[in-house]
Amino acid sequence: MNRLVEEYDVAVVGAGHAGCEAALACARLGLNTIMFTVSVDSIALMPCNPNIGGTSKGHLVREIDALGGEMGKNIDKTFIQSKMLNVSKGPAVHSLRAQADKQEYTRQMRRTLENTENLTIRQAEVTEIMAEDNRVTGVKTYSGAEYHTKAVVLCTGTYLKARCIYGDVSNYTGPNGLQAANYLTDSLKKLGIEMYRFKTGTPARIDRRSIDFSKMEEQKGDERVVPFSFSTDPEDVQIDQVSCWLTYTNEKTHEIIRENLDRSPLFSGMIEGTGPRYCPSIEDKVVKFADKNRHQVFIEPEGLSTNEMYIGGMSSSLPEDVQYAMYRSVPGLENAKIVRNAYAIEYDCINARQLYPTLEFKNIKGLFSGGQFNGSSGYEEAAAQGLIAGINASMEILGKEMLILDRSEAYIGVLIDDLVTKENHEPYRMMTSRAEYRLLLRQDNADLRLREKGYQVGLVTKEQYDYVLWKKKVIAEEAERMEHVHVGAVPEVQQLLEKYESTPLKNGISLADLIRRPELTYDILAPLDKKRPDLPEDVREQVNINIKYDGYIKRQLKQVEGFKKLETKKLPEDLDYNEISGLRIEAKQKLNEYRPVSIGQASRIAGVSPADISVLLVYMESYRRHR
Amino acid sequence: MADTIAAAATAMTASGIGIIRMSGPDSRKIAGKIYRSKGGKKKIEEVSTHTIHYGFICDGDEVIDEVLVMVMDGPRSYTGEDTVEIDCHGGVLAMKRVLETVIKYGARPAEPGEFTKRAFLNGRIDLSQAEAVIDIINAKNEYALKSSVSQLRGNIQRAVKNIREGIIYQIAFIESALDDPEHISIDGYGETLKEEVKKQKKAVQKLLDTVREGKLLKEGIKTVIVGKPNAGKSSLLNLLVGEERAIVTEIAGTTRDILEETIVLSGISLRMIDTAGIRNTEDVVEKIGVGKAIEHAKDADLVLYVVDSSVPLDENDEEIIQLVKEKKAVVILNKTDLDQVVFEQELREKTGQPVVPISAKEEQGIDDLEQQIKDMFFDGELSFNDEIYITNLRHKTALEEAKKSLELVEDSIEMQMPEDFYSIDLMNAYEALGSIIGEAVGEDLVNEIFSKFCTGK
Repeated sequence: MNRLVEEYDVAVVGAGHAGCEAALACARLGLNTIMFTVSVDSIALMPCNPNIGGTSKGHLVREIDALGGEMGKNIDKTFIQSKMLNVSKGPAVHSLRAQADKQEYTRQMRRTLENTENLTIRQAEVTEIMAEDNRVTGVKTYSGAEYHTKAVVLCTGTYLKARCIYGDVSNYTGPNGLQAANYLTDSLKKLGIEMYRFKTGTPARIDRRSIDFSKMEEQKGDERVVPFSFSTDPEDVQIDQVSCWLTYTNEKTHEIIRENLDRSPLFSGMIEGTGPRYCPSIEDKVVKFADKNRHQVFIEPEGLSTNEMYIGGMSSSLPEDVQYAMYRSVPGLENAKIVRNAYAIEYDCINARQLYPTLEFKNIKGLFSGGQFNGSSGYEEAAAQGLIAGINASMEILGKEMLILDRSEAYIGVLIDDLVTKENHEPYRMMTSRAEYRLLLRQDNADLRLREKGYQVGLVTKEQYDYVLWKKKVIAEEAERMEHVHVGAVPEVQQLLEKYESTPLKNGISLADLIRRPELTYDILAPLDKKRPDLPEDVREQVNINIKYDGYIKRQLKQVEGFKKLETKKLPEDLDYNEISGLRIEAKQKLNEYRPVSIGQASRIAGVSPADISVLLVYMESYRRHR
Repeated sequence: MADTIAAAATAMTASGIGIIRMSGPDSRKIAGKIYRSKGGKKKIEEVSTHTIHYGFICDGDEVIDEVLVMVMDGPRSYTGEDTVEIDCHGGVLAMKRVLETVIKYGARPAEPGEFTKRAFLNGRIDLSQAEAVIDIINAKNEYALKSSVSQLRGNIQRAVKNIREGIIYQIAFIESALDDPEHISIDGYGETLKEEVKKQKKAVQKLLDTVREGKLLKEGIKTVIVGKPNAGKSSLLNLLVGEERAIVTEIAGTTRDILEETIVLSGISLRMIDTAGIRNTEDVVEKIGVGKAIEHAKDADLVLYVVDSSVPLDENDEEIIQLVKEKKAVVILNKTDLDQVVFEQELREKTGQPVVPISAKEEQGIDDLEQQIKDMFFDGELSFNDEIYITNLRHKTALEEAKKSLELVEDSIEMQMPEDFYSIDLMNAYEALGSIIGEAVGEDLVNEIFSKFCTGK
């Protein structure tokens, strides 16, 4: 038989946000890596919203960067507007969001990939995962070519048996009319992998020249831009920014939608997939929140070299003619010309509880997966998983310890734990409310939390790691010093307090106590602090936060202590829970099905009670003593 | 194990002494706060390990009980942790008060089987006992779960649910605004929230007042009166309770609902459950009552079997006798004022239980019945259900935690902390309340956000 056969260490299937991070991580860790895509022109494509970051997603990007991933660097080079959200709230919920120039983003990522050593890019559709004795051996493409590998990372996004739908029109294609992957699902099912079918959607793109911006509110970027990447020089991101625009739907819009609901494929039953609740289509919003007489619509540029504008807030799968009527009822869009229709997309993904928190399949060694394929949604969620899957595929091949971030260490930890531990029936989106220790998981301290892990893995340089070590030391010293520098009720102090409408002093007080006042900060008090060292901005910010919120931070640290106890109690992979007398039947079933890695993870599985956890603790103790 | 737990180590019966046990790193510290020696100088924190100290347990200036305190530092203790045991006067009241004081000063009511669990995990119980340990944990958990859910009064359950609903709504609003600041604004929300929190705190306080009166869970020896229709069950209950509660008529099968009343006999509280008469019936309403009666009798601590001495025993009685044989029970031979066809001797032989003849109508023999129950209690055959009692204590601790968390929210608002700090303590309150009605948080918040607030692109 004449066919192409090649050998690699790792094959990454897909070149979206997950695939890019996975491939880069493997190649950078020295593994001979091949990345497959159905179209090289669609590398790091942003088929939906033209931005990176946002609440909690911004945290993910920061964490990816701290671990040595690429997304933060790529958006810093290609953004056209940037905003820190929630600045009036506490530091834990500050979130960075940048508008991307979509084409530039893609081009820049492709440039990085193409210039990475050990990385091969191949345009081909992977149709089969090869495995022997529950161990992956490689992939096969549509042409029959075989690529023998030690590990495979699946990052197929929304392409598996993808179908795009609006009105009664449906196309068996991936996003933007790209070729769908129609064979891989069957190969996965043969390997015993359980599949789900999810759905998501995107709004129309409208020609900028047909929009009347005078009827909309302008939304500008921040005056001083903060970069995503810890290694980007802040001066490099102070660019001329473009604006977004805000307008609203109205009763007329809603009436058009209501009158045509019967023509929606959602209501006709043509769409079977489960859609996300957090990202409802405009028809969903109108039906579900009938008492709201208007919804916000954000008009966002898709890039500097295109006239296409993204109509945020109005994703839809209504027929083309209804879409026209609906968009044109919105102020400023009266003469709108649609470049691309809004559509819903259905695709195959997996039930992620088949994965370990390392993102490796429990039943197939060497097979990893990340991104929308795992049932998540969003570019950032995808990239985060791609990075972890790539790292762990590499760790396995290199014989090193795999990387699992727990819920107290990173949003990435929360994301993956939720995906692999909880019942998930819709595309999963990161939210700050999902992170129970969010005061500790701030976007401003992602480097302090994760640089060390990135260094251990091998994606962070010694120099970057040393900086973090120095930073931690200086922060601790300076925070301590603030507790011991006292000021008295002298005119200089009182004048400064008066300036910031802060209660004047009656007695002496430490600078730390002054920082704890809501209206004051570490920086404001600089004139009163004669011996203050000259510290960089990122260090000063940490000193301020650590002092201001220390009561709350300490409380969360204490909670984490309790959490860690169960998390560090590992459960053996081959444990047969049916053998443990005393577990309730439901718990036995769930534990056998999920195969948690720790008693902590077991405690989060629905159907496992605190009494079952006690039983597990006792059982594991006797198991330990037996050995 | 980071925290210190407490529970009664002996049954809460009317025995001479009772032992309250604490285990965990703060055992000595907590004991130190409530112990006073006769001279007032001795400090529990400073005494040598494995020593016994005479003195008093005090809550501030109030003396709770005269006690012996035993200090045993880990690892040479039952659990392997620092342990303090307080030998107090026996009996429900004294033991309760000492345990409550220990908890007030920082110990946490132990989870079911937790002492045994800790002892095992710390290597103090032999490996061969592992399964027995698991059995203890399971049995106690099952009992606690049953008591905490089924014994929780309906109105309390509703009240807890209402408060939780109010709280989760507030969290969801704050969180959806944090998650989607461009769609939902919470600027200046502190003032509104302050009012809400005040309201919720008041509701929690009301529940706490209820616990103080011991009404959150139904404590006492669960006592079920059984007997076929018209044997005089309701009349007996009325006599014991002292007022007309059950409907008493001459027509068989008129006590349809399960009635419940707590009575106190010389300090022993009996939770009396009257049921519809056990008889084979086609009547649907009555059938439910009969089913419930058997069910209640099966897990009762004490069964009072009322027999009408004026009519012969039938198959209904046979069924009840089978049940009664296996239980702690007293057979009550009623209607001794009428011509008797059933006799004491016969019943004693059939059931193997003590028989007390009475006439509910003439109010005769009631004293003998009371004496019989008292004897059983003091002989240790019947005991106070301390699992329910400790569940009550756990609930109280949870309510106090919820209240404290709500106060922390008020502090955060007062201190003008950013809004995201509010939801941290609101969530703690929500979780604490959930533990009372046996509900974990799970996906509650995310579901609430999506169902109540329109977010997203």
